[in-house]
Amino acid sequence: MLLKVENLIKIYESGFLRRKQIKAVDNISFTVKDGEIVSLVGESGSGKTTTMKMILRLIKPTSGTILFNERDIYTIPKKEYWRSVQAIFQDPFSSFNPTPFYKVDRILKLPFKLLDKMPKSEMEKRIKESLINVGLNPSDILGKYPHELSGGQMQRILIARCLIVGPKIVLADEPTSMIDASTRAIVLNLLRKLKDNGMSIIFVTHDVSQAFYISDRMLVMYRGQIVDEGPVEEVVYNPKHEYTKRLMKDVPKLYERFEDLK
Amino acid sequence: MEELEVEGLRGFWQSRRSYVKAVDGVTFKVYKNEIVGIVGESGCGKSTLAKLLIGLVEPPLQYIDGKVLIEGIDLYKLPEKKRRRINGEVISYVPQGAMNALNPTKRIIDLITDIVKEHNNKYPKEQIYKDATKNFEEVGLSSDVLNMYPFELSGGMKQRAVIGISVMLNPKILVVDEPTSALDVSSQKVILKLLWKLKEERGMSMVFITHDIATVRQISSRIIVMYAGKIVEIGKTEDVIYNPLHPYTKMLMSAVVSLETEIRKRKIEGIPGAPPDLSNPPTGCRFAPRCPYAASMCEKEPPLIDVDGDKKVACWRVIK
Repeated sequence: MLLKVENLIKIYESGFLRRKQIKAVDNISFTVKDGEIVSLVGESGSGKTTTMKMILRLIKPTSGTILFNERDIYTIPKKEYWRSVQAIFQDPFSSFNPTPFYKVDRILKLPFKLLDKMPKSEMEKRIKESLINVGLNPSDILGKYPHELSGGQMQRILIARCLIVGPKIVLADEPTSMIDASTRAIVLNLLRKLKDNGMSIIFVTHDVSQAFYISDRMLVMYRGQIVDEGPVEEVVYNPKHEYTKRLMKDVPKLYERFEDLK
Repeated sequence: MEELEVEGLRGFWQSRRSYVKAVDGVTFKVYKNEIVGIVGESGCGKSTLAKLLIGLVEPPLQYIDGKVLIEGIDLYKLPEKKRRRINGEVISYVPQGAMNALNPTKRIIDLITDIVKEHNNKYPKEQIYKDATKNFEEVGLSSDVLNMYPFELSGGMKQRAVIGISVMLNPKILVVDEPTSALDVSSQKVILKLLWKLKEERGMSMVFITHDIATVRQISSRIIVMYAGKIVEIGKTEDVIYNPLHPYTKMLMSAVVSLETEIRKRKIEGIPGAPPDLSNPPTGCRFAPRCPYAASMCEKEPPLIDVDGDKKVACWRVIK
């Protein structure tokens, strides 16, 4: 088992005198196998991103364990852990430093800090290879500033950055929600390609149709809990939980019209 | 009867050296009590078109020529003051990213008061409150929301609030720009239901702009496909989806992800390349550089021509 999440709980506290507690993630457990795309589906505020952040070690869980290759992720040195686990985030426009001092090259050079030292020519070669891998022409990208690129290009650069590190798991948190439908198709196909190269992907989205398209298994989150899980087709066609049933009905389909619009 | 008629409309963004031809000769009609969807990639001029439709023309956006007839009145022949009045009373606009459309330092009711006072200074304050409550109930929000600040609302609620505000003055036409793009599927459906209700109960006409074809097909009766500032295809929703004629529409359809098994098996495909730079668009057919069927005839610009009845296409392959 590549990744194993057990009884994960995250409680956010706010307020100074009168403490208010919000259970963002409420006792969830799941596993991710090698070379598998698992999607985490749910409405806004259901705890998807909190789960992602905990797996990425950006926030500490209140309780519960996350095991990577049977080891607790907090016992693994950070550098080593992030060499195996990388992320792509929702908003490509805020993933780059927008100030005009930094070219796009910078974000592609940063991941080399996680890797062993290598000569400059090797670095450049790797950057070019990874850009070609995501369907970008290196000469179009290198030496440019973030504002000169489109959202789809930026998102693909972030995927290329992931490829440079060569992780075991990619956490993709709504990677396609800020880009339009035709570029979205390109990015989704790219994620499928990563899977074919043996990477596991946790794909977080609110868009069930995208999850349906790319993933092997689907976990449905609702109010911090996983209410439904299983192979994609089973969850979509035979949802068990009430919430999943409602969710599936709400998804707009291309060849079908909502009957209950009136 | 047509409520909104657009003829050869052109609007350019002025930059230091050149014009960005975001809307370049667009002609279509919207009939009474009808929802028309406008689809296309980012950067096709959809949002610019929305701004031109309601006369929200501020530099660097410039109106060049063409007509926008709202109930027979030419919007751009009216003096500035009258145009501002029409905007909101006859035609109203729900901007893209409703999240950012609300003033973060103002309570919702204060914002509404400002808008209504701009149109009718004598409107008594109690009446505004009463009307706003009624409108907000119609969009499914309680009257408490009126006294809240935008940050207290969720994304779906903000979107509903913005729609509630835009129908305050009882417009006949609503131009909605990407109302569902930032929302999750359940909130999306709430918005679609709400727009449908407004159309049915108030008899409004709508122009629904989006890049998400699966959403717009739920609600619109006709679809307009835009590419690089021009219309490439117009037709009944079912026609456009089941039988797209223009190569661009075809490729757009094959990029849609949806819950249907065929699509999972088929493998979706994106459109390679990007829309052209509109400050210097390709002469002739603007889609030709990305089109797999491009031929020598595409060097001339194809007109938007009727093909069997209600459908219009701008492509030499189809026309000939």
